[in-house]
Order: sequence, then structure tokens, then C-alpha cells
Amino acid sequence: MNYSLTILILLIPFATFLFNGLFGMKLKPIISGLIGTIGLGVITLLSYLTAWQYFFVDGMVNGTFPKIIAMSMDWLHFTDFLTVRIGIMLDPISVMMLVVITTVSFMVHIYSLGYMEGEKGFQRFYAFLSLFSFSMLGLVVATNIFQMYIFWELVGVSSFLLIGFYYTKDSAVAASKKAFIVTRFADLGFLIGILLLSFFTKTFDFKTLTGSDQSIFANAAGVNFMGISVMTWAAILIFMGGAGKSAMFPLHIWLPDAMEGPTPVSALIHAATMVVAGVYLVARMFPVFYFQAPEALNVVAYVGGFTSLFAAVIACTQYDIKRVLAFSTLSQLGYMMLALGVSGYGGEEGVGYMASMFHLFTHAMFKALLFLGAGSIIHAVHSNVMQDMGGLRKYLPITHATFLIACLTIAGVPFLSGFFSKDEILVAAFHHDKLLFAVEFLVAGLTAFYMFRLYFNIFWGKEKHYHHTPHESPKTMTIPLMILAFGSIFAGYIPFHKLVTSDGMPFESHMNFAIAIPSVLIGLIGITVAWVLYKKETTIPERISKGLGGFYTAVFHKFYFDEIYLFITKKIIFNYISRPVAWFDRHIVDGTMNGIGWLTVTSSKKIRNLQSGNLPQYGLVFVLGAIILVLVFAFII
Amino acid sequence: MLQGIPITSVLIVSAFMFFAGVCGFIIRRNMITILMSIELILNAVNINMVVFNKFLFPDQLQGQFFALFIVGIAAAEASVAIALVINIYRRLNSISVDKVNEMKY
Amino acid sequence: MNILNLFVIIPVLTVIGILFTKDYKGARVTAAVGMSLQLLTAVILVLSFFAQRKAGVHGDFLYLSDYTWFKTLNIHYCVGVDSIAVWMLLLASIVVFAGIFASWQVEYLAREFFISLILLATGVFGFFISLDLFTMFLFYELAVIPMYLLIGIWGSGPKEYSAMKLTLMLMGGSALLIVGLLGLYFYSSSAGPVTFNLLQLSKISFPLAMQRFFFPFLFVGFGILGALFPLHTWSPDGHSSAPTAVSMLHAGVLMKLGGYGCMRVAMFLLPDAAHEMSWIFLILTTISVVYGAFGAIWQKDLKYINAYSSVSHCGLVLFALLMMNKTSMDGAVLQMISHGLMTALFFALIGMIYGRTHTRNIDQMGGLMAVVPFLGVAYVIAGLASLGLPGLSGFVAEMTIFFGSFQHPDTFHRVATIIATSSIVITAVYILRVVGKLLLGQLKEKEYLEFPDAKWYERISLVVLIVPIAMIGFYPTFLSSTVMDALNPIVERLTAML
Repeated sequence: MNYSLTILILLIPFATFLFNGLFGMKLKPIISGLIGTIGLGVITLLSYLTAWQYFFVDGMVNGTFPKIIAMSMDWLHFTDFLTVRIGIMLDPISVMMLVVITTVSFMVHIYSLGYMEGEKGFQRFYAFLSLFSFSMLGLVVATNIFQMYIFWELVGVSSFLLIGFYYTKDSAVAASKKAFIVTRFADLGFLIGILLLSFFTKTFDFKTLTGSDQSIFANAAGVNFMGISVMTWAAILIFMGGAGKSAMFPLHIWLPDAMEGPTPVSALIHAATMVVAGVYLVARMFPVFYFQAPEALNVVAYVGGFTSLFAAVIACTQYDIKRVLAFSTLSQLGYMMLALGVSGYGGEEGVGYMASMFHLFTHAMFKALLFLGAGSIIHAVHSNVMQDMGGLRKYLPITHATFLIACLTIAGVPFLSGFFSKDEILVAAFHHDKLLFAVEFLVAGLTAFYMFRLYFNIFWGKEKHYHHTPHESPKTMTIPLMILAFGSIFAGYIPFHKLVTSDGMPFESHMNFAIAIPSVLIGLIGITVAWVLYKKETTIPERISKGLGGFYTAVFHKFYFDEIYLFITKKIIFNYISRPVAWFDRHIVDGTMNGIGWLTVTSSKKIRNLQSGNLPQYGLVFVLGAIILVLVFAFII
Repeated sequence: MLQGIPITSVLIVSAFMFFAGVCGFIIRRNMITILMSIELILNAVNINMVVFNKFLFPDQLQGQFFALFIVGIAAAEASVAIALVINIYRRLNSISVDKVNEMKY
Repeated sequence: MNILNLFVIIPVLTVIGILFTKDYKGARVTAAVGMSLQLLTAVILVLSFFAQRKAGVHGDFLYLSDYTWFKTLNIHYCVGVDSIAVWMLLLASIVVFAGIFASWQVEYLAREFFISLILLATGVFGFFISLDLFTMFLFYELAVIPMYLLIGIWGSGPKEYSAMKLTLMLMGGSALLIVGLLGLYFYSSSAGPVTFNLLQLSKISFPLAMQRFFFPFLFVGFGILGALFPLHTWSPDGHSSAPTAVSMLHAGVLMKLGGYGCMRVAMFLLPDAAHEMSWIFLILTTISVVYGAFGAIWQKDLKYINAYSSVSHCGLVLFALLMMNKTSMDGAVLQMISHGLMTALFFALIGMIYGRTHTRNIDQMGGLMAVVPFLGVAYVIAGLASLGLPGLSGFVAEMTIFFGSFQHPDTFHRVATIIATSSIVITAVYILRVVGKLLLGQLKEKEYLEFPDAKWYERISLVVLIVPIAMIGFYPTFLSSTVMDALNPIVERLTAML
């Protein structure tokens, strides 16, 4: 079967980007928005068709889902071995990602028609959304690691542009700058990782890299650097790139600030799609990690585990609702990373891999829903801060219902999608490492707690004084909420173990009740605690936070990571590297040049006194010179 | 004409003239005198030209022709120099070389 | 007639034409017409060159022609181009064309201004078409000298100082260069009559002792123009004082003469010494790359930022050349072209912004995106190209350099590569800092609200530069592969010596 139409999945958003970017300002905002939305609607449809075709019509070849190169063209030729191609590769995870991205992006496009209405730069917003969709889709269908890097950078820049959408706001500008620079730093690791990998394997192609033929790694065998094998270095550096994009500790600092962007952007980029690119990258390179660099996989697992705990703890103390969601995203991304880190390869061993992709899928649905819900709330009360909210359930019935569904889903309440995917992750962690399992178990409880803290604070509790009565958002905003709520409920019933597995072969998966039941219980405990503390406004939370003292303050300030980074960048790099370099250049290097000039000028000033202008003196010197010459010629030579 | 006079005597005369000219050139401050010193130098050279021509190549005349050239050039040079001196005098009211040192840089 | 001669004839005719104009309006129109023709010629040259190549015309250089103009010393006017030179000519034509439009508002001594500018351009064009090293040197000097007048008369700030510094340092470079060229010339006697002809010189293998002696002269001589650390300090001062079009031409094209000369003359003709001494210069250029980028972070003057950025990017050109394999040298040429376009765009924009705000201090600006969106977007595009965003030319060039350089099996070269890659992060820092301070945020001054957005001539100038940047970024294959073909003889000669 041929998939030649898949090229449109890349071309349409690019075309709408160019069109809106170049001519958008001349159009009416709504037309520009509709162009973007319709374009995205078409490719959503195409993605669904492709997925249908891939999984159910063509299906497996010899018991595995094949990697199909639907299109490939040479883009840049490096050496005889290394040629960059731009193409489209379809395999279970890329097809799944196509569905996720187009769905969420389409929802966000529709939602923004309402949310961004009347904003200055509406057309620009849609142009950037198209650019982002194009880059993200190009990233997931990449046939080779270099194409991935290309689109990786492009999503980075679209994220930069969208976070800084309100460019007159200093905080938004700073946040966009921070996001770009932090991820760029991580991308440096990614680039060096690609350099190493491609140097030893002589290829960029995923198909070759992740294929069964391991002989391509022969060159790297036995090559060590600082006691660690070179493939491990490459894998860790590539993971560094992924960690930057997926905001893993310690490169997580940009994500909470990125909430300065418009809320639909947070939903699309910083919750559902771009931030999972790092997870996707590790999943994409999974065989390389597993067979060539198992130590790197451990790093992935522990970084993921730590991030999920770290972020969950911080989320419990934040007041800005978007920041709570941002930390929640961090925590869930940690889950996914951990699941990959603990995964084996093939069959039931690969349950972690499957669970990670599964969770990525369900998380995209419910986290996008949460963010869009938060957007709807912000739209109603014009504030981001929890303290300004309370008792909103009467005013925003649809938002309330869908938000509740999302909260229940993320808390892992049975039969909603989050339950299934989280359970698989816990199973995978349990079989691999009891410590990580314990961490994740705890995080499950914390997640339920902070989500319901958020929920109760917004929708229950005392009504606050609102400037005008909050009203439900327009249809363009509530319909996407409902569709995503539907997805959050039912996405869990997709048989992922049949479709998306580490080696492309389906396997049988069973519910492990010994793990499922306790995890549901801890979730319920978390919800109950939140209910007790926040359903009615009480002073208990305040007293608890007082009781925790310094620890609470540290958590509230996100363990001072922003301050540390700020110190390093502003104080150390600016003052102790850049400034001395500038000084050195102006005074030492340039000073030497000026010194040479000065020397010439001064010495010539001294010398010119010889030229007195006094004619007899010249004559004397001339005669003496002539006499000396005569003597020289007469006696010496 | 020069029979009986040894070449050394003539050369001594021309050497005296030459060094008198050089001394005058270096010591005197008056530009006119300096010009006259230059004339002395040139004429010393002229004498040498003629004498050496006579003693070394009696059947040729190049040396004498050359002396004539020098006389001509000396005349031209003197007239230009005098013109300069007059101009300098008009500007500076002086023909002392000490005053004319503006060309030093 | 050989089409290459047009590259000298058209500017000369334009200069004569400008002499007959009466006021600044006539001068600029004449200049614009002349340079449009020039650009057209360059496009025709590109098309016909590659048509010939496609038709199977081989030979390293096409459009060869030869005319002896100084018989005693065997100096020829010998022209010919390979695909690198063709691309460089196109680049130069584009930048000159954009430069004319960017200086549309020059009124003070406009005729003299355009005449000097076009003379400078003549030098550049002549340099790229020449195959006779003496003629090449002649054109090189022709490019350097009008620079003094252009900066000294139409510049800003401490212009006399900057002009003097720039000219003296470049002349110092020329002095080294002529020593090196004379070395080549006299040692060429081993194979027939002495000659300056590049093609004949490239067939000679010079004795090693001679190569060791003359290589530093040639490399440093050209390297000064290519902003080789620590001889780059003319660049910040010179650029910051120069008028817009001169900065554009200088950073965009003239600095490329350095890299081009290093490749075509120093390394091509003296390959053994290039191998032997490359490590010294590699260290210097690696320093340049990182140092320039760090230097740019601290600056407050837009032009200084860009000048340091040029030091970093041009350092990368020399760095890649010294890596001496086909991929990295291909990257070097791509980087020359890419940096030429991008930095010209930057300087054009800085000039236009300066024309409105009358300051170049970024602390005094802010929020300009809202009042001059066209300039703002163009600045962001230039910035993104500079920090290596895929889809724009900088990315292609940098990646080719990094991947080429990393193919060296030894640790020294690879460590140097990794150090150089770190510049992409530092570049991002200073570019975003400038974009943030200059374009985004709140408007600093009330009167900024009255700024007009880009005028038609400014738009022409910017679009002409942006389009090729995006084209290279989108479809680099053709450019990259044609450059690689032209690199074959150079790389063969370099590797044959191993």
C-alpha cells in the first residue's frame, strides 16, 4: 500500500504557515484562523486514515509492524556515508504520534478561535501554530536522526515564538528566551551525541540504527572516553537533548516559565506534544540504548524517577494554576522517561516501552484537556492565581465537568485512561527496580493530591469577589473540551500492547491486581486528603505549611533552581567570562595593535628632529658622509 | 697652454677651490654667499674636468664639453636660485638660511 | 567576449556614468541601474555556467581567457571561474545590489560615495575572477583603498581613527601577502619561466623549506582580512564606524576574500606547509569562534555585537578550511556565502534602525517590533539564521562544518570541533539578548511611535538578502554539491601530500 498522501501532512501546515505569515496581516483575523484550522482539520483526517491504513488494513508483516519509508529525498550530502534525507517514516510510534499531534493541535486550533478572539496578532498566532504543527509532525515522521534534529530545532523556535507571543510583556520575553537557551544548551548535547553516533556507525538512518544488524556498532567497540564506552556517551548526550526538550531535571527550569505563553499554546506545546519529543526520541532510539548503552538507560530511568517526584512535590505548593499544571506535566514526563528506562526489549519484557507510549498518548489527551480547561477558567476570571478563584462550578458547568474528568483521569481512578497507562508503568517499574517503584507509587498519591487541591480550590470553596460574573466560554472553546474529555475517558481502551511495542510484535498483557489495587488506593487517599483540606476553606493547609517551615519555603521556591541558574548565567557567564573577554579584546589584543601604532608615531616624532631644515647642517652631514665613504672605500675595501 | 705645469699643481688649486666652496656652503649664513660657494664648487669640478681630459685623453674633448655643460647648468641654476632667494626675501625680509627652516617637515 | 570581463567593465562604466550625473538622485539611480545589470550578469553567469557543466564541459575553470599586460614580468590578466567563484560572484553582486539600496538616503557627496562604493565592488569582482595572482592582488588592493575614504568621510563615531586602523591593518596584511606571492613567483622558475598564474603554480610542488617559510605569510596575510584571532580588532572598530553599505560589503564580501584567498592561494599552492602548520591556526581559529561569541555577549552597540559575531562566524570559515577534508571545506564555502548574506542583512537592518533611532545602544531601545514590524521580522530572521535555525542558510553551513570536521580520526581535531560546536549556544544567547532588548518588550521612548516602517528601497534591499538565505536553507543540495565538485582539485592536492 502506498502512503504518498502522507506528504500532505507536512506540506499543508507549511503552506498555511507561509500563507498566514506572509499575507495574514492583510486578511481578516477570522479568515486567517479558519485557514489554519481547516488545514489542520484536513491533516487530522489524513492522519487518522493513515493510522487506520497502517494498523488495521496493512497490518503486520511476518508478525511485526514494519517501518515503512513513505517518502525520502536527499537534502544535504555530507560524506559518502552520511547523507541527510528528509522523509517520512511510518512505524507504530510515529503513526501514534501523528494521531496525538493532529488531534490535540486541531482541538487547540478550534479552541483558539474563541480564546484568542480580538487579540492583537491573531493571524501571527495562527501562522506560528501552523509552523509548530509542521515542525512537530516533521519531527515524529523523521526517517533519520538528523532530520529529527532539524525539526527538533524548528519546534524549539516555534515554542520560542509562541511563548513570547505577548512580546510587549517583559516576563513573556524573558521566559521565551530562557526556554530557547536552555533547550538549545541541551541540543548541543544532542548534536554532539549525533556527531559521535554517526562517526562510529556511519549512518543517520533510524532503520539501520535500530535494526537487528548490530555490526554497524563494531567500530565503537572498545572505544572508551573517561572510562565510559563511547556509545554510552553518545546515548547520554542524545538523552541530554531529550531531557532538555522534555524538561527533565536539571534542565526543567524553562517549562514552568513557559506558561507565560497563551494558554492554548501551553496545552499544545508544553503539555501534549513538544515536551514529549524527548520521550519520543528515547523511544525512537530505544534499541540503541538497550543494546549499546544500558548504563545510559539507567540514567534515563533515574532522571525520570527523580524528576517525577521532584516536580510532584513542587506542584503541591504552587498557586498559579498553570504552574501547577506545568509541574504536573514535568512529573508525568518523568513517568514516561522512567518507563522507558526500566523497559526491556521484546515481548512482555518491553512492557515499559509500551507503557511509556501508552501514557504519552493518554497524557496528551488529559493534559491538553486540563490546560484548555484552565484556559477557559482564566478566560472567565482573568486571573491565573488560585486565590482569586473559588466556587466556579456554578458558572462554568461544562468546564467544571470536563476538568473533573481530567483530574480523575490523571489521579488514576479506575476505568479512565490514566489508570491503565499508569498501571502499566508501575508494573514495569516493579519488575525492574523496587526503589523506582516506590517513588512512582508515592508520586501517584501526590498527583492525586495536588490535582484535587487545584480542582477544589477552583470549583469549590468560597466564592471570590469577581469583577463581573464569570460566564461559560463560547462553543468554540467548550466543544474541544468535550472531545478531549471523551478521549481522556476512552483512550485507555485502545489495545496498545497489540499495536505499539518495543520490537513491533504484539504481546499479551494482563492486569496486575497486586499493583493496580494499591495504586488506586493511594490515589483515592490523595483525593480524600485534598477533599478534607480544600473543599471548604480551612486554616489547616496554612498550619501544615507553617509546620513544615524551611522545607515548605524551599519547595515553594522550587528548590531555588531558578536562582541558581540565574546566578550561573548572569553572574558567572556574564561577569566572569564575557566581560573579561570583552575587556581582554579591547585592552590587550586591541591594545597591542594600538601600541604598535603608538610606537610608530612616537619613534617617528623623535626621529624627525634630525630634519632641522637648516641647510648648512645638511651640507655638513653630506660632506662628512662623503668623506666617511671615501675613507671606507679607500682603506677598508 | 698647460705645458710645464704639473697636474698636481692644478689639482691642488681645484681642491682648494672645492673645499673653500664646501666650507662656504656650510659656514656662511647668507644665501647669496652660499650660492657663490656652490659656484666655487662647480668651477672646481670644471677645472678637474678640463685637466683630466687634457692629461688622460689629449685627443678627445668630452671633458671640456662637459665643463661647458656645467657652466651652462650653473648659470641656469644660479638664476633659479636667485629667483628663489628674492622670493624668500620678500616673504621673510631676510636671506639668512637660519630663518628658512619651514620645510623641515 | 568573455562574460567575466563584464564584471569589471560594468562597474567601471557605472563609475563613469556617475561622473556625469548632477546630484545625489542621479548618482543613486545610475548606481542602482549599474548594479542591477551586474546582478543580472551574475545570474546569467550562474545559469550558463551550470548549463555548461551539465552539458559535460569539464576542466576545473571555465570561461578562461588570458591577456598579457606586463610582459617583462610575465604578468597576465587571466580570468576563469569554477563553481565556488561563480557563487562568490553571485553573493558579491547580491550584497552590492542590496548595499546600493540600503544607502539610498546618502546625500552628502553622494556621487563620490557611490563611486567609491562601486570601485570597492570592482575590486571584489576582479579578485574573484582573477587567476593571475598579481592581478588578484591588484584587485584586492583596489578593494581595500576606497574603504579608507568611505569610512573616513561618510562614517560615524571615531571615523578617522577606525578608518586608519582598518586600512593599516589590512595593508599590513597586504605586505605579508606580497612577500608570499613573490615567494611563489620566484620559486615557480623550477618549472619554466616565472609566473603568477594560479593554474601553472598549482602544478608545481614547491620544496618544503620554501613552503614552511612562505605559508605563514600567505595565510596570515589573507587571514587578517578573514578576522583571524588575534588580528581581528580592525573589525569591531571598522564596522562600527563605517556607513551601512560599507559595513555590508565589508563584512559580507570583503571578509570572504580572506577565507577564499586562504583556500585558493595559501592552502592550495602550499599544501605541505598547510598540513604541517594547520594545528597552530586551528587553535587560533577555535579561539576565534568561541571568543568572538563571548565577546558579543557583553557588547551594547548593535554594530559591535555584529562585528564580534562576524569574528566568530568567520573564524568558523577558517577553522573549517583548516580541517582539510572535502565536507568541512564545503561547509567553509557555504559558511562564507551564508555569513555574507546574513551579516549584510544584519548591517543593513542596523543601519535602517539607526537611521530612525539615532542610537545603536541596545539599552536605549525596546519594543521596536510594534512600530517597525517589517524591520523587526527581518531582524528576527537574520538572528535565527545566525544562530543556525534549520530552514535558513546558517544551519546548513554550520552542520556541514561540524560533521566534516568530526570525521577526523584523531582526538585533537575532534575536541576542537566540539569546542567550536559550543558556539551555537553562545550565539543563541547574544542573538536572543539583542532581539529581546531591541524589538520586544515595552517601547522605551514616546517618539519611537512615529517611526515609519520600511520604505520601498529598504524592502528591496532586505528581501534580496532574505530570499537567498531561505533558499539555501531549504534546498542546499545543489549549492553544496556544486561546491564539492569545485573542491575536488584542492582537496586532491591537499590529501595527495599526506
